[in-house]
Amino acid sequence: MTTHSAQTTTIIPKLRDLLPAHAVLATNEELRPYECDGLSAYRQVPLVVVLPENVEQVQAVVRLCYRHGVPIVARGAGTGLSGGALPLANGVLLSLAKLNRIIEIDLHNRSARVEPGVRNLAISQAAAPHGLYYAPDPSSQIACSIGGNVAENSGGVHCLKYGLTVHNILKLKVVLADGEIVTLGSDACDSAGYDLLALFTGSEGLLGIVVEVTVRLLPKPERTQVLLAAYASVAAAGQTVSTIIGAGIIPAGLEMMDQLAIRAAEDFVHVGYPTDAAAILLCEVDGTNEEVSEHVATIRNIMLAQGATTVRTAIDDQESALLWKGRKAAFPAVGRLAPDYYCMDGTIPRRCLPQVLDEIEHLSKEYDLRVANVFHAGDGNLHPLILYDANRSGELHRAEQFGARILELCVRVGGTITGEHGVGIEKLDAMCVMFQPTELTQFFSVKNAFDPHGLLNPGKAIPSLHRCAELGAMHVHRGQVPFPDIERF
Amino acid sequence: MNADQTDALINTVRAAIAARRALRIIGGNTKAFLGRATGIADTLSTAGHRGIINYEPQELVITARAGTPVLEIETALAQHGQMLAFEPPHYGDHATLGGTIACNLSGPRRPYAGAARDFVLGVEIINGHGDRLRFGGQVMKNVAGYDVARLMTGAYGTLGVLLNVTLKVLPRAVASLTVHHETSLTAAIEQMNIWAGQPLPITATAFDGAGLSTRLEGTETAVRAARLKLGGELETREDYWLSVREHTHGFFHDTRPLWRLALPPASAPLALNGKYFVEWNGALRWLYSDTTAEQVRAAALQHGGHATLLRAQQRNEAFHPLPAPLAQLHRKVKAAFDPHAIFNPGRLYAEF
Repeated sequence: MTTHSAQTTTIIPKLRDLLPAHAVLATNEELRPYECDGLSAYRQVPLVVVLPENVEQVQAVVRLCYRHGVPIVARGAGTGLSGGALPLANGVLLSLAKLNRIIEIDLHNRSARVEPGVRNLAISQAAAPHGLYYAPDPSSQIACSIGGNVAENSGGVHCLKYGLTVHNILKLKVVLADGEIVTLGSDACDSAGYDLLALFTGSEGLLGIVVEVTVRLLPKPERTQVLLAAYASVAAAGQTVSTIIGAGIIPAGLEMMDQLAIRAAEDFVHVGYPTDAAAILLCEVDGTNEEVSEHVATIRNIMLAQGATTVRTAIDDQESALLWKGRKAAFPAVGRLAPDYYCMDGTIPRRCLPQVLDEIEHLSKEYDLRVANVFHAGDGNLHPLILYDANRSGELHRAEQFGARILELCVRVGGTITGEHGVGIEKLDAMCVMFQPTELTQFFSVKNAFDPHGLLNPGKAIPSLHRCAELGAMHVHRGQVPFPDIERF
Repeated sequence: MNADQTDALINTVRAAIAARRALRIIGGNTKAFLGRATGIADTLSTAGHRGIINYEPQELVITARAGTPVLEIETALAQHGQMLAFEPPHYGDHATLGGTIACNLSGPRRPYAGAARDFVLGVEIINGHGDRLRFGGQVMKNVAGYDVARLMTGAYGTLGVLLNVTLKVLPRAVASLTVHHETSLTAAIEQMNIWAGQPLPITATAFDGAGLSTRLEGTETAVRAARLKLGGELETREDYWLSVREHTHGFFHDTRPLWRLALPPASAPLALNGKYFVEWNGALRWLYSDTTAEQVRAAALQHGGHATLLRAQQRNEAFHPLPAPLAQLHRKVKAAFDPHAIFNPGRLYAEF
């Protein structure tokens, strides 16, 4: 261990040899802003921060770290919600923020080649004059970077119809753990060999560092229209979603909010949400002019038939934007209800929504913490926001326990512990509920194929078997007790 | 007829691992012509491991065993007005779900809806240790763990045996029609890409040597309006897109080697002799040619694409050779799943 720590402290001058002086940060004051990402409950000051300005510098840093056995945590905009970019005390934090050029927009092939630090929204803005856009739109799109989107396989409110990051990228240039550069995918629709592009997407910085991304651009729909429906019960809102999809319509966006979320949003942005409703549904349809007209009429009828107390159809883009505003502000709005909130990210089969919300309500009483629910209703991705006060002793711990119970609930009904925020540092224990030891072992083998020395973002995304065994937990997984071979005390 | 043969399949795999004997994985045996010929003596058939396990039309999700005939799945979906949106070619009556996913086969709708891999939500597999593993799930959004389910798609069975697959499905469009414009190859590619950049309800394009066929799908009014915009003659052959998908179209009657060229869609016509059939807005080009493999591959690569030898007598090298660092990574990924080289060794590339 002594050699290891000696190596880590001597790495800083070596990094200074490779990079311009302003690209290496090592004083406590400089390091502090990097101590956490969007999940601020976890903090760690890194050994050093580097801000390379081109691919060659990234490669040089990775090679140096490889030679000296120093771990690297890559970071984009730092908006991640699972602590995926949490630094290591003995590691290099590699920020890709300065690789922020849009290299090329290829109008003929409808693609954009960009550096990883480019913001998600900046791509759509650059493509807009040509009638094109980049479809995935995570709610942090104004700030989050495309490199981070690749690492997390980010979604957004339109992913039922337009897919996740993995469905909308063509090609990645990646620096591997040993500094070798490989291209995954191609400018064509597919590429020879294994689909390493898909494997890499959502791998949370454990398999390599993205230094260039080619994304697919889509033509902007001719018309978009938003409907808002209010319901006296969550079940009726849920049934509406199933009926719309059963009628053969795939809306561009389909969002549900429960009463606490509605009230918080309305208090915050005053968009005219019905605050007495148990749930509201926001439904956006897009397509050609004719298609949108037909779908709006059909959906309106379905909403009324399923017992909506009010249905409001936005008459123009301005009103559509207004109706969306409340939803987009839901997280900060809920944030005003309590000093802190803990955002969960489970996905469930849609039909289980009433049952799951019911059980969350019970858990809310059990843990004595309020919870607001925001739901990507089309794709089953549920974001319960647990309200707590970190300054009150034990509340953070209670919130985390409450959250863990929600994730177990998601797994129990056939869903998953993370729909779009990733595992990071936050959901390592929940991964033990989701996967068996043999499956985790397979993940280790994949990691080992890319990064045999475990230098890239170690300790994230995939828990060790030891951790899962320690957790013991006695989680009943697919009807079996996990780790039956391990003795318990 | 439906049967869960998981245990028998695991036993066969474990015996093969113990004996260090490779297995040739087959389902309906309709895709033996794809990839390299391996000459592996022992076979593992998933054909008997069949049946739809779960289908929830309103969840847009279906789970079926690998040996389930694709036709059976498509029939079940059609009863609820739904479909496999990637429109997979069957290449034979007995095509199975497992084979379709293992080969990542997608048809005319691919550039608009996505490829087979885009619809894979989860898989259960047997890996090269004989373990039964589950990755992904039955929900649309799931980022827990590496995306092994999509990695399996298109791996030609070289990384594991698919036991069952969960797919996202989509509603079928209410209305569908195809218009035909007589035009040249160059003009067709240009036109396809102009339209692809506009918000039109197009779900397939093809240039068959004589002209451009464009399929419009959506609501009745949307299709009618787009038909007016596009003009052209109405295609009357009901099975036109089926013939494109299954290669029963007259173009595909030729004895020369058949190449599948995957290119950036707007690429200009290649300077290779032969006859061309173009799909996917130009991103997919079928080529019958006696040109050497080296020349075909060089031309595809020059445009940023790759070339697969789809049908030929000699299939020593079916897939585009990989650059050295990528080939190295492939070998490591193969070893991570199948350390004893039990599954279809040599099917994708000679060395794995």
